[in-house]
Amino acid sequence: MLIEKTKKLTEINGVSGDEGAVREYIKSQISEYADQVFTDTMGNIIALKKGNSEKKVMLSAHMDEVGFIVSGITEKGYIEFKSVGGIDTRVIISKKVTIGKKRVKGIIGMKAIHLQKRAERESVPQLKELYIDIGASSKDEALKHVSLGDYIAFETTAEILGSDTLKAKAIDDRAGCAILMELMKKPVVYDTYFCFTTQEEVGLRGARICAHRIEPDIALVVESTTCSDVYGYEEHEYVTNMGGGAVVTFMDRTTIVENSFRKWLYDSAKNNSIPVQYKRTTAGGNDCGRIHLAKGGVRAASVSVPCRYLHSPCGLASITDINAVYKLAEMFLDKICEVI
Amino acid sequence: MKDLLEKLSNMRGISGFEYRINGEIAELFKPYCDEVSIDTLGNVIAVKRCGKENAKKVLIEAHIDEIGLLVSGIEENGFISFVNVGGVDPRTLPSAEVVIHGKKDIKGVIGAKPPHLQSAGEESKSAKLCDMVIDTGLSAREVEENISIGDSITLPQSFGELLGSKYSGKSIDDRAGVAVLAEVLKSLKKFNIDVDVYAVSAVREEVGGYGAMTASYAINPDIAVAIDVCHGVTPDNSYSAYELGCGCVVTCGPNIHPKIFERLMETAKKYNIKTEIDVDGGNTGTDAWVMQVVRSGIPTGLLSIPLKYMHTSVETADLSDIKATADLLTFFIQGLDDEMEDWLCL
Repeated sequence: MLIEKTKKLTEINGVSGDEGAVREYIKSQISEYADQVFTDTMGNIIALKKGNSEKKVMLSAHMDEVGFIVSGITEKGYIEFKSVGGIDTRVIISKKVTIGKKRVKGIIGMKAIHLQKRAERESVPQLKELYIDIGASSKDEALKHVSLGDYIAFETTAEILGSDTLKAKAIDDRAGCAILMELMKKPVVYDTYFCFTTQEEVGLRGARICAHRIEPDIALVVESTTCSDVYGYEEHEYVTNMGGGAVVTFMDRTTIVENSFRKWLYDSAKNNSIPVQYKRTTAGGNDCGRIHLAKGGVRAASVSVPCRYLHSPCGLASITDINAVYKLAEMFLDKICEVI
Repeated sequence: MKDLLEKLSNMRGISGFEYRINGEIAELFKPYCDEVSIDTLGNVIAVKRCGKENAKKVLIEAHIDEIGLLVSGIEENGFISFVNVGGVDPRTLPSAEVVIHGKKDIKGVIGAKPPHLQSAGEESKSAKLCDMVIDTGLSAREVEENISIGDSITLPQSFGELLGSKYSGKSIDDRAGVAVLAEVLKSLKKFNIDVDVYAVSAVREEVGGYGAMTASYAINPDIAVAIDVCHGVTPDNSYSAYELGCGCVVTCGPNIHPKIFERLMETAKKYNIKTEIDVDGGNTGTDAWVMQVVRSGIPTGLLSIPLKYMHTSVETADLSDIKATADLLTFFIQGLDDEMEDWLCL
């Protein structure tokens, strides 16, 4: 169920600033399990599940994914675009995309190898040199299907490779969304706010205002994180291992995680036979960076699914790991009295 | 015709591995011809006879192979290294999905380093083929059980519909040409013709035109017309390129018999078929170049379909150009008779 939900979520498009379709799907699925569902001005979903009201617990996962936005249309009907979030230009050439709510199909074009000069073959084109081809023959034809400001997402079918690997776009962080959605089906100890946040990929923006509104006593961010345990890397460069279990972060670019909470997560996972590993670099960052600074400060930590080829059209994650993150987040809610 | 193009473009057979698909292609031709055979190298040869004795032979040809990759090594932890077959653009590969044709078909992804981990300056260097590997998500043991060095690898199966009558796919080059062959044989049913037509779906064009070489030797035709693709105009290139939707592109130059070129252009004018002229000063990079010098020489023509993003998984063509090419070739053949030597005389 969890994996099916993750697959389904990754195929919905929700580039930062355009999370509407993801939001509608999540709301349609969670309303029966929540006591209250609220959408704020930035489009964050805050779903309250009531428990003991003495304390407030926040769980968060972000709905948005990296992508692009239409910034121009040429006289000949090609789409000019800008990136939304951190995307390496090298992974986008000749990939398929869908544009806007009408889901117009397009491809990211570049002239054929036969026509490139040697220097061009060895360099990486700038984003502004690439264009999207939707098959339109003129600006007028293109404008019938695409408007300035339409969001653009990769077109990738979610699939299981072998027995334990999920291939999809936007595993970061639809895996976290799916985990939160499943957790909502269970009773909670304290008032628990399940937050599905927006605009993480452009600066951790949605989570910031969520945390401000909720003022939680403790918060857990459920995320997806870098995994480079692949050919060509030394072991110390792996960051995390795919199949190595739930990832606990002690520090990244945005947070130094409060020690006792972080240690409790890691040790409890070990004691309960939940596969767990530390994130072994301080690269990257996530919503925890904003949540722990909300108001007068919040005890916050993050637990993540390792994902290879993050921010590309085609990420890989282990089903074992997704299940491990679910179990660790579930344990957090069940044994919250030990840590709050 | 769209369905035929989709079916053909989605078939998976890189140069040297056309045996995976040539049986299926032979089946496609069966309803439209008198006999179909597959020769030693794997070319599919469909013959439509006119019924006359000692009729002249016209060879029409398109290639069935596609560019792709070959497994060159199985690395630690089951990552797969590879080499290219034909002119693959390495810059299109990072984060591409692939299928490895091992003991069974196994899907994989060509890995790319995420931006979070890159050091300064790294983002401006393009990835080299030898630095990339395929990640199947399988254990090393599963990989070793199912994949061997030398297995073929194809790029994504991504046939898709764009606006207008444009379609994108991994192997429009040159399965669009194969679709033209089938369409021509089908259309010729409506006419009485005076020549025997040999439709050759040739192998190994992308690595040197070897299929066309042996097939044209065996058939020994009086004339040969190759159908291939040419570059479509894109925002970053209009040199030696043709707008999609411009019709059939007819080549002239040393590779092309001038009388065949002339006759093709006259036919287009007579039947009001849209064309553009491609002037090529030497090697056209197609099977026409190879066939021209087979045996004691074959008078050769070349028709091309404009194609954007050639040699990527999103090659894009306009169905109207493919139809125009089929129409032109059909009327051209219909106008041929026994008196070939005269009009071909230089």
